[in-house]
Amino acid sequence: MNLQGKKITLHEMSLRDGMHPQRHQITLDQMIAIATACDEAGMPLIEVTHGDGLGGSSVNYGFGLHSDEEYLRAVIPRMKQMKVSALLLPGIGTVEHLRMAVDCGVHCIRVATHCTEADVSAQHIKLASKLGVDTVGFLMMAHMNTPDGLLHQAKLMESYGATTIYITDSAGYLLPHDVTARITALREGLQAGTAIGFHGHHNMGMSIANSLAAVDAGAERIDVACAGLGAGAGNTPTEAFVAVANRMGIETGVDLYKVMDVAEDLIVPMMNQMVRVDRDALVLGYAGVYSSFLLFAKRAAIRYGLSARDILMEMGRRKTVGGQEDMIEDVALDMARERGLI
Amino acid sequence: MERVRCAIIGSGNIGTDLMYKALRSAEIEPVWMVGIDPDSDGLARARSHGLKTTHEGVDGLITHMRADNIRMAFDATSAYAHAENSRKVIEQGAVMIDLTPAAIGPYCVPSVNLAAQIALGASNLNMVTCGGQATIPMVYAVSRVQPVDYGEIIATVSSRSAGPGTRANIDEFTRTTATGVERVGGAKRGKAIIIINPADPPIIMRDTIHCLTETEPDQEAIRASVAAMVADVQKYVPGYQLKNGPVFDGRRVSIFLEVAGLGDYLPTYAGNLDIMTASALRTGELIAAELRAGRYSV
Repeated sequence: MNLQGKKITLHEMSLRDGMHPQRHQITLDQMIAIATACDEAGMPLIEVTHGDGLGGSSVNYGFGLHSDEEYLRAVIPRMKQMKVSALLLPGIGTVEHLRMAVDCGVHCIRVATHCTEADVSAQHIKLASKLGVDTVGFLMMAHMNTPDGLLHQAKLMESYGATTIYITDSAGYLLPHDVTARITALREGLQAGTAIGFHGHHNMGMSIANSLAAVDAGAERIDVACAGLGAGAGNTPTEAFVAVANRMGIETGVDLYKVMDVAEDLIVPMMNQMVRVDRDALVLGYAGVYSSFLLFAKRAAIRYGLSARDILMEMGRRKTVGGQEDMIEDVALDMARERGLI
Repeated sequence: MERVRCAIIGSGNIGTDLMYKALRSAEIEPVWMVGIDPDSDGLARARSHGLKTTHEGVDGLITHMRADNIRMAFDATSAYAHAENSRKVIEQGAVMIDLTPAAIGPYCVPSVNLAAQIALGASNLNMVTCGGQATIPMVYAVSRVQPVDYGEIIATVSSRSAGPGTRANIDEFTRTTATGVERVGGAKRGKAIIIINPADPPIIMRDTIHCLTETEPDQEAIRASVAAMVADVQKYVPGYQLKNGPVFDGRRVSIFLEVAGLGDYLPTYAGNLDIMTASALRTGELIAAELRAGRYSV
């Protein structure tokens, strides 16, 4: 694989996907400290939103310590060069949330749908595009659709006005050749001016290899998180990816030592628990289950005397999609009853 | 007993399913089916059941309404078209039951507030949303026991049952349902989430209801209230089932439901569409009884 001289844009996830392991309780001071340090490290873009996107604060996904607006207004004015994005999942967040985020000064809106349901994003992508922000379509759980199927969905988002389309491996299920096939299908089928991105999870330990496969197949944006802070076993670790990129001659513009220090000095000390490939996170990748289900399954396992692994396998068997956190307690209750535990 | 004669506007999935239910009704008689596509399956089925049809939209209907003594219309088109349809139908002296998310008229959830809405005599009644019809009775079942500070509902529907109208304006679902959770369900603050799941075979509609009560929940009273409300909804939606709960965790009360349809025109997994047509029919039947008794006028 020769990636010498490829230029890519990294997108830092620790303050959005990282909200999942932190149960959406990151403080304003922590947000500001991490964002400021990433800004100084030359990171071009960072996402700041509830883990489940704008409007995600809820019983179902966990209430945020602060509102999306409070986080955005705290971070954006302090940035010297780094731009800020917000995530929006139609069905959870609405165009009112989108307008609020743009009013706060976000540079980029990412509209996320399940990988077969892109048509629910039309109104949000059209509005983001009309408001003149960098508009991204984000196809989640991309292992649940074929390369051709994903291209069809990506074309819908492109037709609404998205100028970047992501293949999002929400379950950390994909292997490098799966990533190659998916990114290649988009690169060959979308307009030349449409950029392609990849968002990985480390549940099977494949996030860096998958991100490289994506770059090799034509992806120009790669999501990363310092210390991997993200759902499940986390996202592609920024510092490790930048180190690999430096060795391979991929140009990121990000200072390796500085992002190492963000990971080590700011993120690891605030972690609620280790973000690592433990047996439950591994099952997410193995069974193809949405990464943010991890802590909900662990909690339900304790409450009902079950194993989180069993609950997650059942969630995979039932073909659940992103956002179905409410199903975890329902499944746990079914399993506990079948086993005579309640 | 002569049934109250009605028109169904919209010959798509919802309108056609509603027609099959209405054909069995002892209270109302579907006489007209209104579409915009002469080749639509819904219009063909309507003709085969003896209904009069037009493919010229609501304008093809209104000139016949007085002559055919149409006293009620169901609108299963779109929020966009509803305002105009409603105005024209009401001008002809008929009651409008709105299955779109337009929400011009007051929200109506039969097991919760239908009697009260009938007493107010509105000429246009709105059926909220499918998720609202499924979940608002549960929010109300908790709030009639004790104050609910916050009600949140998550509706998960199969991809195949989410039509183009819902998809093109999914925010309308979350907004209208959340407002219904407050106004009809009785929660001080409401939130609604919708998830579309493409699994094949398609999943049956499922709904989760989380209520945060202001004080410690009265578990026994809430269990009884929920059970009674489930039975009330089952009178018009037989596939409405309490799957798990209520679960109590501090001030959180969580209820897990599944809603299967009757499979009239739409498959049984599409409980989300069935609960709309069943609720609309229930509303129409109770209003029909009032119309016949001369207690309701438009």
